[in-house]
Amino acid sequence: MIPAYAGYILRVNLDEESIHKEPLPETLVRQFIGGRGFVARILYDEIAPGTEPFDPQNLLIAATGPLTGHFLPASGKTHFGTKSPATGGYADSNLGGHFGPQIKYAGYDVLLIKGRAQKPSILVIDDDKVKIRPAESFWGQGSLTTEKQLKNELGEDFQILSIGPAGENLVRFACISHDFGRQAGRTGVGAVMGSKNLKSIAVRGTKSIPVADLDKAYAKGKEAYQKVKAKPGFEGWTPEGTAGITNWTNEVGVFPTRNFQTSFAEHHQDINGKAVIERLKITDKGCFACPTPCGKYGHTKTAAGSAHVEGPEFETIALFGGNCVLKTVEEVAYANYLCDELGIDTISAGVVIGWAMECFEKGILSRDDVGRDIGFSDLDSVVFLLNKIASREGIGDLLAEGVKIAAQRTGHDSDHFAIHVKGLEWSGYECRNAPSMMLAYMTADVGAHHNRAWVLGHDMAGAWTNVHDLIASETEIAAQPKAIISDHSAAYVIESQHKRSLFDVLGNCRLQMMELGFEAEEYAELYSMITGDKKSWQELINVSERIWHLTRAFSVREIDGFGRHLDFPPPRMVEDPIEDGPNQGHYLSKADIEKLLNWYYTARGWNGKGIPTQQTLTRVGLVDVAEDMQKLGFI
Amino acid sequence: MKLIAQHENCSGCNTCRLACAIVNFQEVNPSKSLLHIEARFPAPGNYRIHLCDQCGACAENCPEDAIQFVENAFRVDSEACSGCLICVEVCPHDVMYEKAGSDVPVKCILCGECAKVCPREAIRLTEESTREVA
Repeated sequence: MIPAYAGYILRVNLDEESIHKEPLPETLVRQFIGGRGFVARILYDEIAPGTEPFDPQNLLIAATGPLTGHFLPASGKTHFGTKSPATGGYADSNLGGHFGPQIKYAGYDVLLIKGRAQKPSILVIDDDKVKIRPAESFWGQGSLTTEKQLKNELGEDFQILSIGPAGENLVRFACISHDFGRQAGRTGVGAVMGSKNLKSIAVRGTKSIPVADLDKAYAKGKEAYQKVKAKPGFEGWTPEGTAGITNWTNEVGVFPTRNFQTSFAEHHQDINGKAVIERLKITDKGCFACPTPCGKYGHTKTAAGSAHVEGPEFETIALFGGNCVLKTVEEVAYANYLCDELGIDTISAGVVIGWAMECFEKGILSRDDVGRDIGFSDLDSVVFLLNKIASREGIGDLLAEGVKIAAQRTGHDSDHFAIHVKGLEWSGYECRNAPSMMLAYMTADVGAHHNRAWVLGHDMAGAWTNVHDLIASETEIAAQPKAIISDHSAAYVIESQHKRSLFDVLGNCRLQMMELGFEAEEYAELYSMITGDKKSWQELINVSERIWHLTRAFSVREIDGFGRHLDFPPPRMVEDPIEDGPNQGHYLSKADIEKLLNWYYTARGWNGKGIPTQQTLTRVGLVDVAEDMQKLGFI
Repeated sequence: MKLIAQHENCSGCNTCRLACAIVNFQEVNPSKSLLHIEARFPAPGNYRIHLCDQCGACAENCPEDAIQFVENAFRVDSEACSGCLICVEVCPHDVMYEKAGSDVPVKCILCGECAKVCPREAIRLTEESTREVA
C-alpha cells in the first residue's frame, strides 16, 4: 500500500484481449509522482523507438495523480498520454470531470492500453471485474450519444470516456470525451483510441484510497476550500469561468481573429463570458470536488440547429468566435456542440477551418476543391467543414490531417499562415507582441498549447498576476507599445512550465492557483499529508523539471531530424505585422525569435539544437536517458 | 434540524459525498456516502440532490420497529434489524443504502457534514423541526 495511490496499473492488450493487474512500482512513484510523470516515463520506456502513432504497438495511457480523488479543491484530473498523431513526438492531454477519481476508486492509478481490437470494443471496468465487450452498435455514434446510451445501459454511477466519428476515422485532432462536455482535447489522443478500435471506457469504483494521515488531510482540505472561497476570484472569476477573459484579451489585443490575421475582434462583446451566462447558461457544471466550476452548461439555438452544450469556454470562443469570426455566442456554442458530438478538439478545428477559409479567400482552395463556397463569419461553412472532417469525406480528408500536413499538401505558400508549432495547432492567444507567450508556445512539449505555460501577464501587464486580477483590472482598448524582448522571458516561461505542468503530475486542477491565486505551498502541504512523503513546493517543482527534460528526450528520439527549427513559430508570426487592433503593426522578427530560443536553451541546459545535454540529464536524475541520447548520437 | 437541498445551486462536484464517506466511514470512497447527486445530462442539463430529509418513511414501514428517532435523526438499530430491506424499497429519496458485507442498511444520521463542505450552499442545515409534534 502506498498512501494516496490505488496501488495498481491495469494493463489491457486489445490484440490478445488480455487484462493484467500489476502493482504500481514504488520507484516510479518516488521519481515521477503521478499523472504526466507516469505518462512520460512509461512512454519513454515502453514504446519501441520509431513506432508510428497509429501502430497497434503505440500506447494509450490514462494516468491519475496522488491527489486525484482526494478531499481538496478540484482533485478530478486524468492525464492521457501517447505518441502524438499531431507531432510524432511526446503527447499528453488531460481532462476533468469524474473519470480519474473513479479509476482510483476502482483500484487503479494507471490504465495502459496497447494493441488493436479486432472489432469495435468497449472496456468496462467495475472494480476488479474488467471486460472487453463489443461496441458495434455504438460505432459511428457521436460521443455525447454514446455516453448517454452507455449510462442508460450500465448505470448512472459509471463514468464514461468515449470517442466520436472523428476518433474512429483517425482525425489527427480527435479528442476523448467525458461527462457531456469535458474533453482530453489536444494532441489527437482520441485518434489513437480510435486506431485501437476502442469506442469507450466505462468505469465504476467502490474502493477506498489510503491516506497517510486522514484526519490531518481532511482538516487541511476543508481549510483549503475555505481559503479558495475567500479569494476575490471566487465571486469574481467563477461566474463566467474561462470565458471571462474574452474582454481582456481583446482590450490588450491578443485575441486570434480571421486565422491570426489580427488580434482583436470588433464583436467580442457578443461572444464573451457575459453572453454565455445571459444567453446560454442553464447551470454551472463542476468537475469532481471543484468549488469554482468553470463549466457553464446551457442550450443554444441557431439557424443551423439547436442543442444542449457545455460551454463555450474561452478557447472555443477564441478559435471559433475569433479565428473563424462566428458572430454570436449562440453560433460559437453550436460549433462547440458539433465538435463535442463528433469528437473533435475545438482548438485545432478552429485553426484548421480558419486556415481553409483564408485559403478560399486567397483562391488557393477553390469551390471544386471544397465542394461549396466557404468563408469567415459563416456558421454553415463551419458546420459543413466539421462534418466533412469527422467523416474524412472530400475536403475533410485533407483537413483531418491537421493544418501542418494540409498546408504541405496544398502548397501555394499556404504554410505561411498554417498556425501551429511542431504540427499541433495554436491555441487562443495571438503573441506577435507578447514575446514570453510566444516562447511558451514555441517550447511547449506537445506543440502550440497554452496549458504548459501562460505568461501573458508578464507580456501585457508587466508582471505575473492571477487571471482574475487581470480580468478585474480596468483596461481600456488602447494602442499597446511594442514589446521589449529580454532574457527574462526564458525565466518566466520555464517557471510557468514547471508550475503549471506540476498540476498534471499531481492529478489536480491548477485553476484555483492560476486564476484565483490560491497559494502553491498549500498544495505541497496537502500532498505531504495525503502521501506521507513530505515535500516542499520547490521539491515538487524539481520533479516537474525532471519530467520536462524527459518529454523533450522522447521527442528528440522519436521525431526524425529533431532540432531547433521545430521550435519556430509559423512564418506569419515573424513576417506579417498584426493588421489592426491594439497591437496593429507589431510582430517579432526572426532575430528576436533566435534570441528568445538561445536564452531559453541556455537556461534549460540544452544545446544549440535544443537537445538536453548529458550534464543536464544527469543533474535531474535521468542518467539512463543521458546514456541513451549518447548511444543514439544525439549528444 | 433538517437538511434542505437547493438543487439549482448544485454543480455536481460531489464534495458532499466525499466528505460524507470520510466522516462517517473514515474512507476516501464516495460510493459509501449516504446521499446521491443525480446528473441529468444532456437534457434537461441540471443536477438533483437526493438526501435524507428525515421524513420517517423508513421507520413507519419497518416491521421490526428497528428504526427509531434518536437525538436528531432516524437511526437503524442494527441488533433489531432483520435485514428485510423494506426501508430501502420505500425510501422516497432512494437514500437508504445497502452496505456491502452487511445485512443492515445504512442511512444519514444528520451529521451535517455535507452542508458544511458544500462550496455553493446547495445543501443547507436548517433549524426547522424535523418532526411535527402530535
